[in-house]
Amino acid sequence: MATYLEFIQQNEERDGVRFSWNVWPSSRLEATRMVVPLACLLTPLKERLDLPPVQYEPVLCSRPTCKAVLNPLCQVDYRAKLWACNFCFQRNQFPPAYAGISEVNQPAELMPQFSTIEYIVQRGSPTPLIFLYVVDTCLEEEDLQALKESLQMSLSLLPPDALVGLITFGRMVQVHELSCEGISKSYVFRGTKDLTAKQIQQLNSRVRGYAGSYEARPLQTQEQPLISSRFLQPVHKIDMNLTDLLGELQRDPWPVTQGKRPLRSTGVALSIAVGLLEGTFPNTGARVMLFTGGPPTQGPGMVVGDELKTPIRSWHDIEKDNARFMKKATKHYEVLANRTAANGHCIDIYACALDQTGLLEMKCCANLTGGHMVMGDSFNTSLFKQTFQRVFSKDFNGQFRMAFGATLEVKTSRELKISGAIGPCVSLNAKGPCVSESELGIGGTCQWKICSLDPSSTLAIYFEVVNQHNAPIPQGGRGAVQFVSQYQHSSTQRRIRVTTIARNWADAQSQLQHIEAAFDQEAAAVLMARLGVYRAESEEGPDVLRWLDRQLIRLCQKFGQYNKDDPNSFRLSDSFSLYPQFMFHLRRSPFLQVFNNSPDESSYYRHHFARQDLTQSLIMIQPILYSYSFSGPPEPVLLDSSSILADRILLMDTFFQIVIYLGETIAQWQKAGYQDMPEYENFRHLLQAPLDDAQEILQTRFPMPRYINTEHGSSQARFLLSKVNPSQTHNNLYAWGQESGSPILTDDVSLQVFMDHLKKLAVSSAS
Amino acid sequence: MSVNQQAHTGLPYGQPQPGYQGYQQSGYGGQQMPAVHHSQYGAYNGPMPGYQQPAPPPGYFPSLGFPSKGSPVCLNSDTPILAPNFIGALRAPPPSGAPPPTSGAPVPAGQPVYSQFGQGDVQNGIGASAVQMQRPSASQPFIPGTAPTPVSQPATFQQYGPPPTSAQQLTNHMAGMQIGTSSSAPPPAGLGYGSSTSVPSASGSFTATGSGHYTPYSSSQGPPPVNVSHGLPPTSLSPNLSLGQPAFSGPPMSAQHPPQASGFVSPPCSTGIGPSSYPSTTGAPRPSTMQGSPLPGHALTGLPTSQPNHVSSPPPHPAMSGPPPGPPVLGLQGPPPPTHPSPSGYQMQQNGSFGQVRGPQPNYGGSYPGTPNYGSQPAPPPPPKRLDPDSIPSPIQVIEDDRNNRGSEPFITGVRGQVPPLVTTNFLVKDQGNASPRYIRCTSYNIPCTSDMAKQSQVPLAAVIKPLATLPTDETPPYLVDHGEPGPIRCNRCKAYMCPFMQFIEGGRRFQCCFCSCVTEVPPHYFQHLDHTGRRVDFYDRPELSLGSYEFLATASYCKNNKFPNPPAFIFMIDVSYNAVKSGLVRLICEELKSLLDYLPREGSIEESAIRVGFVTYNKVLHFYNVKSSLAQPQMMVVSDVADMFVPLLDGFLVNVNESRTVIVSLLDQIPEMFADTRETETVFAPVIQAGMEALKAAECAGKLFIFHTSLPIAEAPGKLKNRDDRKLINTDKEKTLFQPQTSFYSNLAKDCVAQGCCVDLFLFPNQYLDVATLGVVPYQTGGSIYKYAYFQLETDQERFLNDLRRDVQKEVGFDAVMRVRTSTGIRATDFFGAFYMSNTTDVELAGLDCDKTITVEFKHDDKLSEDSGALLQCALLYTSCAGQRRLRIHNLSLNCCTQLADLYRNCETDTLINYLAKFAYRGVLNNPVKTVRDTLINQCAQILACYRKNCASPSSAGQLILPECMKLLPVYLNCVLKSDVLQPGADVTTDDRAYIRQLVSSMDVAETNVFFYPRLLPLSKVDIDSDTLPAAIRNSEERLSKGDLYLLENGLNIFVWVGVNVQQSLIQNLFGVSSFSSISSTLSTLPVLENSFSKRVRSIIDMFQSQRSRYMKLIIVKQEDKLEMLFKHFLVEDKSMSGGASYVDFLCHMHKEIRQLLS
Repeated sequence: MATYLEFIQQNEERDGVRFSWNVWPSSRLEATRMVVPLACLLTPLKERLDLPPVQYEPVLCSRPTCKAVLNPLCQVDYRAKLWACNFCFQRNQFPPAYAGISEVNQPAELMPQFSTIEYIVQRGSPTPLIFLYVVDTCLEEEDLQALKESLQMSLSLLPPDALVGLITFGRMVQVHELSCEGISKSYVFRGTKDLTAKQIQQLNSRVRGYAGSYEARPLQTQEQPLISSRFLQPVHKIDMNLTDLLGELQRDPWPVTQGKRPLRSTGVALSIAVGLLEGTFPNTGARVMLFTGGPPTQGPGMVVGDELKTPIRSWHDIEKDNARFMKKATKHYEVLANRTAANGHCIDIYACALDQTGLLEMKCCANLTGGHMVMGDSFNTSLFKQTFQRVFSKDFNGQFRMAFGATLEVKTSRELKISGAIGPCVSLNAKGPCVSESELGIGGTCQWKICSLDPSSTLAIYFEVVNQHNAPIPQGGRGAVQFVSQYQHSSTQRRIRVTTIARNWADAQSQLQHIEAAFDQEAAAVLMARLGVYRAESEEGPDVLRWLDRQLIRLCQKFGQYNKDDPNSFRLSDSFSLYPQFMFHLRRSPFLQVFNNSPDESSYYRHHFARQDLTQSLIMIQPILYSYSFSGPPEPVLLDSSSILADRILLMDTFFQIVIYLGETIAQWQKAGYQDMPEYENFRHLLQAPLDDAQEILQTRFPMPRYINTEHGSSQARFLLSKVNPSQTHNNLYAWGQESGSPILTDDVSLQVFMDHLKKLAVSSAS
Repeated sequence: MSVNQQAHTGLPYGQPQPGYQGYQQSGYGGQQMPAVHHSQYGAYNGPMPGYQQPAPPPGYFPSLGFPSKGSPVCLNSDTPILAPNFIGALRAPPPSGAPPPTSGAPVPAGQPVYSQFGQGDVQNGIGASAVQMQRPSASQPFIPGTAPTPVSQPATFQQYGPPPTSAQQLTNHMAGMQIGTSSSAPPPAGLGYGSSTSVPSASGSFTATGSGHYTPYSSSQGPPPVNVSHGLPPTSLSPNLSLGQPAFSGPPMSAQHPPQASGFVSPPCSTGIGPSSYPSTTGAPRPSTMQGSPLPGHALTGLPTSQPNHVSSPPPHPAMSGPPPGPPVLGLQGPPPPTHPSPSGYQMQQNGSFGQVRGPQPNYGGSYPGTPNYGSQPAPPPPPKRLDPDSIPSPIQVIEDDRNNRGSEPFITGVRGQVPPLVTTNFLVKDQGNASPRYIRCTSYNIPCTSDMAKQSQVPLAAVIKPLATLPTDETPPYLVDHGEPGPIRCNRCKAYMCPFMQFIEGGRRFQCCFCSCVTEVPPHYFQHLDHTGRRVDFYDRPELSLGSYEFLATASYCKNNKFPNPPAFIFMIDVSYNAVKSGLVRLICEELKSLLDYLPREGSIEESAIRVGFVTYNKVLHFYNVKSSLAQPQMMVVSDVADMFVPLLDGFLVNVNESRTVIVSLLDQIPEMFADTRETETVFAPVIQAGMEALKAAECAGKLFIFHTSLPIAEAPGKLKNRDDRKLINTDKEKTLFQPQTSFYSNLAKDCVAQGCCVDLFLFPNQYLDVATLGVVPYQTGGSIYKYAYFQLETDQERFLNDLRRDVQKEVGFDAVMRVRTSTGIRATDFFGAFYMSNTTDVELAGLDCDKTITVEFKHDDKLSEDSGALLQCALLYTSCAGQRRLRIHNLSLNCCTQLADLYRNCETDTLINYLAKFAYRGVLNNPVKTVRDTLINQCAQILACYRKNCASPSSAGQLILPECMKLLPVYLNCVLKSDVLQPGADVTTDDRAYIRQLVSSMDVAETNVFFYPRLLPLSKVDIDSDTLPAAIRNSEERLSKGDLYLLENGLNIFVWVGVNVQQSLIQNLFGVSSFSSISSTLSTLPVLENSFSKRVRSIIDMFQSQRSRYMKLIIVKQEDKLEMLFKHFLVEDKSMSGGASYVDFLCHMHKEIRQLLS
């Protein structure tokens, strides 16, 4: 534990947790002066190769308001077979099973290396996973064909006992009955009329009566682990049927006259999907997978009318309050999302269209339920196909990288309270002693429901130090936080993962340098960004930027070293040095800037930003740029226009896009075909290198990024140009008098200018 | 009962009186015989005989006299044999081959005798062709004639026996009389008739000629004389009772006549007889018939052919003669002309009227005496005293007469105002400018010029139109005319379509509209020169210039949204609730559809039907099926949101049969399996229709829904119904609610359906009340049909259902149709009856119109018509053919106009009239108490007949019932209407049945209503195994049934085979394949197929009947004295019915009373 960096990294690897501060200010007042809140990024299901789950129940603190899980931080009296809860100090008897406990015979959860431990518990009968496909049929023939193939392919990826269902929609919504032989049946609903949950339940009951053989079985029936309904059947039973059914899916047959959009009843289709699962399989792991190729154009949840002459809302319309369907639609999907979340199901949205598809309105469906959101141009692209395939990817144990119906409970020592969380979760409204009154993100609770998780799902959790300024720090005391995630593993087991961490308290007045040194600027940047993005959802863009700037300035004022009113004297320590740069890029990022992005795109970017882990989030904030040249191995270079050189190949990863950019000279060479000449084999290698690296990224990233292969002067180069710091623009190009780099045609301020202003403001005594 | 008849002949006269009395009493009292017909009959028999004796013979004789008029010679020849037939003969006169001449001659020359006769004949002739002017004059003469009447009366008395004929005769007489009289005393036609006194004379003649005359008649009938009688028609006043007779005393006239022209004589006789005879004796009535016939005769005379029709009587003659012996024969004849019977009844009435009213018996005595006189005088036979059922006008006789007279020659439509043969007659139509009667039939072919006349006569002016009627194979279907882009040529103002009546002027550059007189330019492309007669040179090349019926190809501007329509679609919607599945219905339908789909209607020679099909099943929810050809398996789509119906799919729902055959077959195979275990008993209904309609709307085409439904739709959905059947409402003011829909929902739905061109055919399989009145609203208003199979059982009803289904699917049908009837100035179509929807007052909108549907249109005057120009009708039907072609079918008809009521009465069509009256009444029950409706009907008929009596018939005693020849069956038919289930339900008739019948009748054509109200009853033992001819039908009365015989009765819905207890065992063996009467199963729904000629023949007859009707009739075997016999008796419409319906005789008496009340 040489440096904090190592410490941080080690902690992250072991516990999936990164705190903004790794030494905590000991009083509320000091904590607020730190500017960046005490918070952490938690990746509940971080993949741990070295973490075999234990097959027993966790031991809980007996105090009803605490119920913390026995952990390495607890004081244990081996003689008396007692343990003291480190959160509430309750002394607890070990359960009978622990009778043999001793210093040399410790259960795993008491060993320090098991600060994170996973229990497999037996709760009820395992229920199979459920996948409900909700498929838009208003697609181009080609698209539909591709989608059908993807769906058929996916059947082979599902666990054999998983239940699948199919709902298709266009002008009407069809719920396909999968159990029947011969003739295929479906129930059809008008796309303009929402159905209440009751109606859908009636449908279920009617179906039962009609089938005569099917009977609602309580989920708990032990000897009947296989639950099914007409609409949801085990894959292995109806594999062939469903394949045929998908094969015979027609495009929506209703004619679309010129100048009209096809009528698409996405809102009702989703509503039915939600209602269906709600009625039959509440609190079971289930994915509703919505595949849509355009905006909802009718019924509840419609986003745009069917007249092509009225374009779908843009940010401009929204600002002018000119998006007439938006509020209603958003409301519709919010209600749906909340219902879905309440049932522990999740909704994925796979939207592939050249125009917007209403992700803005539908985003909550994925955001609140932990579902995926994928945006592409067409279902017939590898972007979609590979992404979709990756949904079903498996881990090293051959288990799907997905978990369902998780609840995350956070317990804190008394000096800390929980302000809130930001991530793909909903509040469970569990009040408790450790819930703070001030909210950041989704607050007012110490428990959240995360309907769907994957190993990279990451929540930001914000805390508040409540220790009074004059109260002493518990001597040598450490603040502790315990994260308890209960979830349904993809193997259908119920599991509980418990992570308990502790950090030292420090008096901010006397030990500020400790606190400073323990600052995790990356985590802090992401945590602040999450707060900013969270605010941006509900506030005007400029307000958020102003807030971010203020925070940044305050942070610099607090932790910078400078002489008053002397910008040139301004310095930041190493642990803060990158932070302003992150903020600079964040300000320019699509998460906060809507310019040049459609509302859908913004929603899409924000969705992913709010759930990815720290590394990915940082890439999103500040894309990575690699440079390839003959002069040496590939090297990361500044995300700056000065890095754009004629004899370089650049590879940029923005998380959403992978851009390979050939410098002017390289591009000319390539056109001249040098790479095909044996004597220029090295050039071929040079060209190939970024491709290989890109491929590597593409292989692992979810969702699959847009892959752009471009060159100097090409229109696609804009993806790169819009990201780099415009250190050279048409305004200052000649002033600098340099030949290097490539000017960016923009009025945006460059990082240098930004920093100058920051320094000026930080040192200003006025503020 | 036939026995009885015979008996009558024998015993008759003596007994008659009592019988009558009994009758009368009973009849009047209504109570008469509690329920036992037999007993009544017994009584009847009594009377019958009486009648026979009195009326028939004598009457006929007189009638014979008439014939003489028609063609003396003929008469003579016939006389001997036919005497009895006279009546027939009278009719025969029409043959008037003679008459015409006679008429011609008579009028001018022998005004007195001849004229009368001639006129009579003439009139008859006229009647047929067009009432000639002569009549009026005739009528005048008649007046004078009245004086003579008395004489005739006596004759009539004798005739009484024959009454029926007499009735006709009477009319004839009347006519004749008039004619004769006309010369003398013109004005009061009626009086003129009275002149029919001539009849008396006739009677006189009768006496004189006696049998001789008769024979002549018969003979005459064959030829011309017949015409006379026919023409006269109708008078079948048989009713004239003795009382009348006195009045007739006038007969002398007739007497005169006879003398004058021996040939004519006979006619006169008849005439004289009719009226006079009655008064004097029963004899009178006959004469009346005679007279009646003469009148028509006049008209007829004009038209030989037509006359023949009248002549039809001749055939009867034979028949008539056949049956009854001397007197009886007469009686028989009498029957044809209702008069005789009526007479008896009349007598009663007359008595009453006479003052004796009540004392029928006494009266009778009185009257009879008279009769006797007659009898004695003219023909001794006529002792008759009572109304002999045989002597009242017989539908059978009329039908037979018409068939014999008019069945042989083609009916050529070139002449304006021709009365076509009866619907029961097989005839060939040649279109020469007027629409075939198969398309349009009118209540009258001679329209009063003024509304006053029309009002006075109370004869409704109506046309029964069947625009898409199927023609026999030997008639040419309407030609299709394509005028290309500009579309059909039409009048600029009234938009009438080019037709043969349009007048081209200015060398063909313009034409003047025959309807509104507006002059329109002939478009250049249509210009053609005129020949010297002012006719276009291309007259014969263009159907629209030379034919009464033809079609135009419509242009886009005749289509919805100016877009040519898509081919129509058929959607089969099958109830798969528990009941339907359990009864095997679902499987049956599915099996049948597999093959039936190959027989969808096609256009002309096109190989493949353009019609697309779709399938839906339903119970509480609807299941649509995707049967797109590209699918390996059909797909079912369930719509459970019945509250807000919609169609879940478009492509793949409506498909071409051949393309999707495998998928469809697979679907039809699977449907029964899928629902085999269903336990769903509730159904919806309105959403089903909505679904079909929406599907058609989505496919942008018109079409037809075939809905197979089993139960009251009580499931929660729009259009949900509750059981509101309440028999307690019957005979209360609220009874009408039983016919009204429970909710207006369906009316609105129907409106939507019509807008979309969605026609609904409904097949119902109820096990209990399902509210046909409400469920039927949509089918009814969309021009669809309802079929009902109560307590459907696979074994017994399958055949019937499948045949109906096949026919319904295959029949020619037009979609999304609009019909408009244009008329020449002076009259206007004011009211419409049938299965359709109207959104304004002129356009009849039909979502679908098949070849069996008729629309009845009533006309009213809004101005004067002129005799010169007549009245024109043009019915234009714009529709989409089964191949999706938009067409206009045009039917044109020209009618005569008259200033004399007699002409009107001479050119009436009773069958059509009944059709109209039934529809009118059946609609009336929706808004009025049934009793009111019945009273209205009776009243209207009484007024019609009273008007005739007052204005057209020769003056005669008030006690004499005088019926126009053309309307002599009006009372009997009307009685049938009044007794029908709708207007007088029996205890076993359900509310649904009544509603069903009500709707069914509303779109029936004339032939169907004819047999529906007066079923056809055939004695099977008389079937000639070796020939194709059918035995003569017999009258629908129990007394005509013999215990030792088998009978076949059909009414368009059912076929009964009635087996007498004493039927020869061999017959039973041959027909049923069992050894004895007792082992015949009454649950048979078909006759067993046995290899013997009798069985084959009977089955072939049944098959033939089935093929003649638009619906497959249910075959019911009724064993005498079996419990089913009650049902059977319900159809013996001349008898008193269980539910209180009057017997024919009683009703006739009642009618007479009504008339007399009106006259006094």
